[in-house]
Amino acid sequence: MTTIGQPLDRVDGGVKTTGAAKFAAEHFYPGLTHAVLVHATISRGRITALHTDEASAVPGVVAVLTHLNAPPLKPAPKPGAFNLTVMFSGTSVNYLQSDEVHWEGQPIAVVVAETSAAAREAAALVRAEYTVTKSVVDFEGSEQDARPQPNNPLLPRGAKKGDAEAALKAAPVSLDLRYTTPPQNHNALELHATTANWDGDRLTVYDATQAIDWFRTHLALRFGVPRTNVRVLAPFVGGAFGGKSAIWPGTILAVMAARATDRPVRLVLSRESVYRTVGGRTPSIQRVALGADRDGRLTSLIHTSITRTGPIGGPFEQVTAASQHLYAAENILARHDLVSLDLLPNTFMRAPGEAIGTFAVESAIDELACELGMDPIELRMRNETAVDPIGGRKKFSHRRLRELYALGAERFDWHERNPEPRSTRDGRWLVGTGVATAFHRALTLPVNVTVRLSADGGVLVRCGFHEMGMGAATAQAQITADALGVPFDAVRVEYGDSALPLGPFAGASAQTASVAAGVVQACEELKQTLKSMARKTGGGTNEEILRRAKVPHVEAVVGSDTRLGRIAGRARFLPNFLLDAQRWVKAASGVHFCEVKVDAETGETRVSRWAGVFDIGRVINPKTAASQMRGGIVMGLGLAMAEETLVDPRTGRIMNPSLAEYHVPVHADIPPIDVSFLDDPDPKMPLGILGAGEVSTAGVGAAVANAVHHATGKRVRDLPITLDKLL
Amino acid sequence: MKSFSYVSAPDTGTALRTIASNEDVKFLAGGTNLVDLMREGIEQPSTVVDITRLPLTGIEELPGGGIRVGALVTNSRLAADPLIRTRYPVLAQAILHGASAQLRNMATVGGNLLQRTRCMYFYDESAACNKRAPGSGCGAIGGFSRGGAVLGASEHCIATHPSDMAVALVMLDAVVEVESVRGTRRIPVAEFHRLPGDTPHIETVLAADELITAVELPPVPVAANSRYRKVRDRASYAFALVSVAAALAVEDGVVTEVRLALGGVGTKPWRATEAERVLLGRPAAEEAFRGAAEAELAAAEGGTQNAFKIELAQRTIVATLRRLLTDGSAA
Repeated sequence: MTTIGQPLDRVDGGVKTTGAAKFAAEHFYPGLTHAVLVHATISRGRITALHTDEASAVPGVVAVLTHLNAPPLKPAPKPGAFNLTVMFSGTSVNYLQSDEVHWEGQPIAVVVAETSAAAREAAALVRAEYTVTKSVVDFEGSEQDARPQPNNPLLPRGAKKGDAEAALKAAPVSLDLRYTTPPQNHNALELHATTANWDGDRLTVYDATQAIDWFRTHLALRFGVPRTNVRVLAPFVGGAFGGKSAIWPGTILAVMAARATDRPVRLVLSRESVYRTVGGRTPSIQRVALGADRDGRLTSLIHTSITRTGPIGGPFEQVTAASQHLYAAENILARHDLVSLDLLPNTFMRAPGEAIGTFAVESAIDELACELGMDPIELRMRNETAVDPIGGRKKFSHRRLRELYALGAERFDWHERNPEPRSTRDGRWLVGTGVATAFHRALTLPVNVTVRLSADGGVLVRCGFHEMGMGAATAQAQITADALGVPFDAVRVEYGDSALPLGPFAGASAQTASVAAGVVQACEELKQTLKSMARKTGGGTNEEILRRAKVPHVEAVVGSDTRLGRIAGRARFLPNFLLDAQRWVKAASGVHFCEVKVDAETGETRVSRWAGVFDIGRVINPKTAASQMRGGIVMGLGLAMAEETLVDPRTGRIMNPSLAEYHVPVHADIPPIDVSFLDDPDPKMPLGILGAGEVSTAGVGAAVANAVHHATGKRVRDLPITLDKLL
Repeated sequence: MKSFSYVSAPDTGTALRTIASNEDVKFLAGGTNLVDLMREGIEQPSTVVDITRLPLTGIEELPGGGIRVGALVTNSRLAADPLIRTRYPVLAQAILHGASAQLRNMATVGGNLLQRTRCMYFYDESAACNKRAPGSGCGAIGGFSRGGAVLGASEHCIATHPSDMAVALVMLDAVVEVESVRGTRRIPVAEFHRLPGDTPHIETVLAADELITAVELPPVPVAANSRYRKVRDRASYAFALVSVAAALAVEDGVVTEVRLALGGVGTKPWRATEAERVLLGRPAAEEAFRGAAEAELAAAEGGTQNAFKIELAQRTIVATLRRLLTDGSAA
């Protein structure tokens, strides 16, 4: 029996349920100390005095590290085309190496103590004096200073086909709209945590990370030790969502504190410290302009964005990433502009680009459908495309939006709806439905894998990938079981350790497909080895072959972890990657159907029904995949209706750094979510896997906004959709 | 958190003597707010007196129909009490709309009355806040003020009182019983909380050495037809943007008795006396409800972020009264 496609329970379910699974903050060393960060309370300037005597006097305090006494730290390396570790430094600041303050919340001291309580008490007693330099922290107020995003082949400034502005002017029907989304912050249940231990110049770090290899390389560079001296372990991560892919100050400072005190150090960020030292999502100001003829055929599609970056870093949010591939418009203009702010850099967060970009473009399509008096699905189908709209040369490796809309409409009873806004009531509630497309580019990354078959029939898969709760190890066990034709229970998977063969970082929804490519290749090699052994020894079961050959196990190795091996791996990977990217657009896609109920008087909005249909290529495990999609939809609902980081424009200070004031949806906000998959393998991806996860967050914001409009007649173009915007 | 001494009081006398003879003492009951504030460094008592062993946990029926609730009765227990649910449904509903089940299991009646505001600037030691640091200014005015009060605010403070329970108690004319080494006194709950004026750091009339021992609910027959409506940003675990506690009696289509109180809009739990006055003796109908709501909010002042509460409060008052009218006539 094949196990791929079976809804198997996750292999790590038991240890997580019983609490036996150890997370980064649960590893113990004799003599372990606890560290707490002290944050700057100005957005830019210099520290003129630091008063640490009171803190040092708290019983149990081992050290108070500041720029005056911290050990040296090498600066974050400058970006280079082949060194991705640089991209993964959360900021370019060299922590505790100078009196400069670059953002409100920057760590200006680390307190190390025998207990976490003593460390927290002492941290609150550190007092700083500053001279303040002028800073720019107000995003909306900086709109007129936006500049084009620097061009970068991997993160393009935009795209263009024809003359979209002229076509917009000439269009019989046109809309020109402004959408805004607020900054948002990561709130994984597991706080960012590091346990660091130096043994001479060898470093072991347990960290809540989704990028152990990058962490390893980065820490080696910053602390001036060979990469091989550093081991990073992250066997379990309690949610990451992009927030644990860059290296933020907490990790660096825990390692520094361990070196300075010659003691093992555990540093668990408080929820507030997560807000102050781990980036979130950039705010955005977006323009979507659509021109169409009266039949709804798009003649012009313009999508531009303003997001933020800053002098100390921050990746470029590719807000128009989905818009460039969705519709067969004759003229297209996509452009990304940036403003530079003196704030903690933003980072990757839950479908960066697509999550907020689809809110704007898929809301605008709905607005056009209303303008035309056309069903919004019909409008989309009239503009469906078989080739990539820009350039028209690239093909989609998989494009199943017609099937997705047909399936979803049936599951949701879409065609029962009265299209007139404010036409449906249920007592005091106005009822509305909305629909939106989800789209997320697929990607694979290079990996090394070993697969070992033992004489007792057991199979061990080793790869330094990450398990953040999505069922990654379970999926690889299923893939291995089928590739070797062994039972699922015979496969054990080791992951989350940089001592294992190089794994991919767990982001861009790329991990499962990337590892699968390596696992399948290793299993093929293993089967060849077994076949040639069988020819010599006379065949039989795998166990019999190994017994007769008198070997304890056979192993297949994909890739090499030596320095040369890694360079060779990248050298093989990049040209194929770039060539492939010129020929194919590979993407997961989906459609969200949403029903909301809005209190006619108070504007309270409740999502009452949800159906999501997805094309993620082959589905390895429908149980864990559906669970992951539900989680992504819930995150989308947070984006749509609740989440907003309040950055005080007067000070640059985040004013709601807690789960009490930064709202995410509670259970009572979430309706039953119906998830279905086409389960149709992509012909151009490893095992046909397109990647699950982020695609489920894309489109959610627009589906909610469109449903709210249908319910109330009010169009909210500024997230989150809170009741004051509906009064 | 700053280190502190912990004392567990065996009886009320010891608790009162401890607070009378020491400065910087806080009583600890459920701890659901105090411990948070201590963690944030907002409260820094040198001594915490645990009062959870004191015999203040009774819910007793009084001669004449009232109910006396011990200060240490948990929110969960009070909300589940059959007498409360029958005679004062508004109170049970208000409690159940607050916090989470876990917090309600810990939180007490006395502690709930003494909850401090959730204004972000109050909670942030680096921000200006006249309530936390008198004379430092108000960060919320001109800052994030969506949660701010539209009634009872001053130029020094716009922080709202966060309690749901207290809104119901104000509506019910409850009386707070307090005790100190100097004796016992009774304070109508409507007079218990103070408006901020130019002393927003003084939030109640409770003296530094006094302990809340009980809350007395008078008989309020009209409260049998009462309800609590809370409007907030998510379905649970959020403070009120607007809440309404209301009770209504109607005879021959005319309002014969009405009680109204508001949460989320005032710097203290807000008894809507003006609305009550306007509505009494008027026909129980949409127009009169709206008129009463407008009368109450006539004095309201909002900034760009919280002005929506003025309209929202009016609509919620009307919706709640309308619902009581339907429920009442059905009963």
